[in-house]
Amino acid sequence: MESSRDTRLALYEGMVRARYFEQRAYDLFMQGLVKGTTHLGLGQEAVAAGFAVAMRPGDMTYCTYRGHNHTLLRGAPMGPMMGELMGRANGICAGKGGSMHLTDVAKGAMGSYAIVGAHLPVAAGSAWAAQMRGTDQVTACFFGDGTTNIGAFHEALNIAAVWNLPVVFVCENNLYMEYTPISDVIAVEHPAADRASAYGLERIIVDGNDADAVYEVAVTAFERARRGEGPSLIEALTYRHKGHSRADPGKYRPDEEVEEWLDRDPIKIYRDRLAELGVPADDLNAIEAAALAEVDEATEACKSTPPPDPAILMTDVWADGGSSWRN
Amino acid sequence: MAELSYRDAVARGLAQEMERDERVVLIGEDVAKAGGVFKTTVGLYERFGPQRVRDTPISEEAITGMIMGAAMNGLIPIGELMFSDFLATCWDIVTNQIAKTRYMTGGQVSLPLVIRTANGGGARFGGQHSQSLENWAMAVPGLKVVAPSNSADVVGLLAAAVRDPDPVIVFEHKALFASKSEVPDGEIVDTLGMAKTLRSGSDVTIVALAAMVDKAMGAATELERLGISAEVIDLRSLVPLDTKTILESVAKTSRLVTVEENPRLLGWGAEISSLVAEEAFWDLDGPIVRVTTPHIPLPAEGGLEDLAIPSVERVVEAVKKLVG
Repeated sequence: MESSRDTRLALYEGMVRARYFEQRAYDLFMQGLVKGTTHLGLGQEAVAAGFAVAMRPGDMTYCTYRGHNHTLLRGAPMGPMMGELMGRANGICAGKGGSMHLTDVAKGAMGSYAIVGAHLPVAAGSAWAAQMRGTDQVTACFFGDGTTNIGAFHEALNIAAVWNLPVVFVCENNLYMEYTPISDVIAVEHPAADRASAYGLERIIVDGNDADAVYEVAVTAFERARRGEGPSLIEALTYRHKGHSRADPGKYRPDEEVEEWLDRDPIKIYRDRLAELGVPADDLNAIEAAALAEVDEATEACKSTPPPDPAILMTDVWADGGSSWRN
Repeated sequence: MAELSYRDAVARGLAQEMERDERVVLIGEDVAKAGGVFKTTVGLYERFGPQRVRDTPISEEAITGMIMGAAMNGLIPIGELMFSDFLATCWDIVTNQIAKTRYMTGGQVSLPLVIRTANGGGARFGGQHSQSLENWAMAVPGLKVVAPSNSADVVGLLAAAVRDPDPVIVFEHKALFASKSEVPDGEIVDTLGMAKTLRSGSDVTIVALAAMVDKAMGAATELERLGISAEVIDLRSLVPLDTKTILESVAKTSRLVTVEENPRLLGWGAEISSLVAEEAFWDLDGPIVRVTTPHIPLPAEGGLEDLAIPSVERVVEAVKKLVG
């Protein structure tokens, strides 16, 4: 399958926007303008872009606390996303979610889930509803390698396979579960792919730093799901450029390993490929400049926005907008 | 009006709502072909078909997670957890995901879903299949909690739960499944958060829930013979909590006894005691008294289990001591 020029530019643009957004999130954290914690997706942009570009409006994405890339690339606006990280009134979750819970339901970004594994059955449920209602929606569910050791992973994979649900499970294997090499805590080589056969699923591994390869495997899995042929489990091999979270400098990783993966930066690889394919450097520079301008604009807009109105503290526990537990 | 068992009332309530709205679906372990291990879903599979009434694997995280995801995509799903004790296996999904998602997303996500589960003791099942856990659910912001005591309330509160736009946990009581009571004909839809005063009295208010309601009513009958007039309130709903009915009753009787099946520490009666102490202190003529299961796991053997769960006699003794 040969991707079109438009698809390739969309993949590049997506990765660059995600990269600049995360770099800015890092900088703002260092400046004390983002509080709490952040789990950056730096280095893992090709997975998010490859799948997001392959999805249609109405499709649903479920991701983890490392979910900025996925939420942004489904179309969530950058300003309100940045506002959520910075705790401003324009936050996409009103300031109640924070970095680990970015959500934009209107765009199909159905939430970032911060308890490992919890969202796999939720994603399966969303796919079940699509199946029941006869829509042609697919659901994509992203998670890390560490998730493959938790019970909800297995419960969700099993029922999705038995019920033949239109859901694509995507393991972003970045080699580390928090601070521990994944190889220390699994009995197989590939945390997701080597478990696929337990659910009657195909063993699928993709180079998660190659946006074209990710896009191709995504299109195939989504088509399969839309045809009613059931779920897929895809293991995308990738690497996070930073530590697990802001508290983690990532020093447990050998320097050579980090160097090797930085050389395989998905954005660098893809820019070179596009250049080889004849895309003028000016076009690529323009994409980068536009993304940077978007990040700058979002940052400035948030800096001039106040924190949330204290009145919202007690809203939105219930559908009536309130939080009362008594009559 | 006809007599209906509590278990048949569950099936009737579910059928009423599934008939009304095709988005309503039911999943759980053995709920379909088998009709439920407590026979509470008999006939639904045959009536509504294998898509809308569906058996799951033994996977409580999948059951609760799936109904959450389905509620996010246009269904009104009902998930059955065979025993409420199994809530412990999916407590993350119930409390961290289902309960918090609307708030954490700034109101973007609605979860019109129902979790039904068989709660409570009296069946000699031992410590892992007998617990009364309604107070666990009550403690989590974002969950509505009801526990019916009779067949008509089962139908009405189930219907209200299904129609409510927020997540509701319905605690069905195992010891009541065989009990029969009158149920009106036709559609029944109740209101969440409304207690019922089952018996008027002037000397003491007894607040009870689910299987403890019969104990409280039995005690009130016995107390009447002793010249003590007890008002009995069936709480029915823990969240929302009908504080108005409780406070008005205490204003009248000046005394409060709660009858709880949950273990002592932080049972729902503690919250009601706190409420009354804060807001009706000057109405009280004596201490608030809680009759609860002791702070122990429930034993399996019948004599021991009966000693643990509040009885008519224990309620009578507590009230006699209080009213004296």
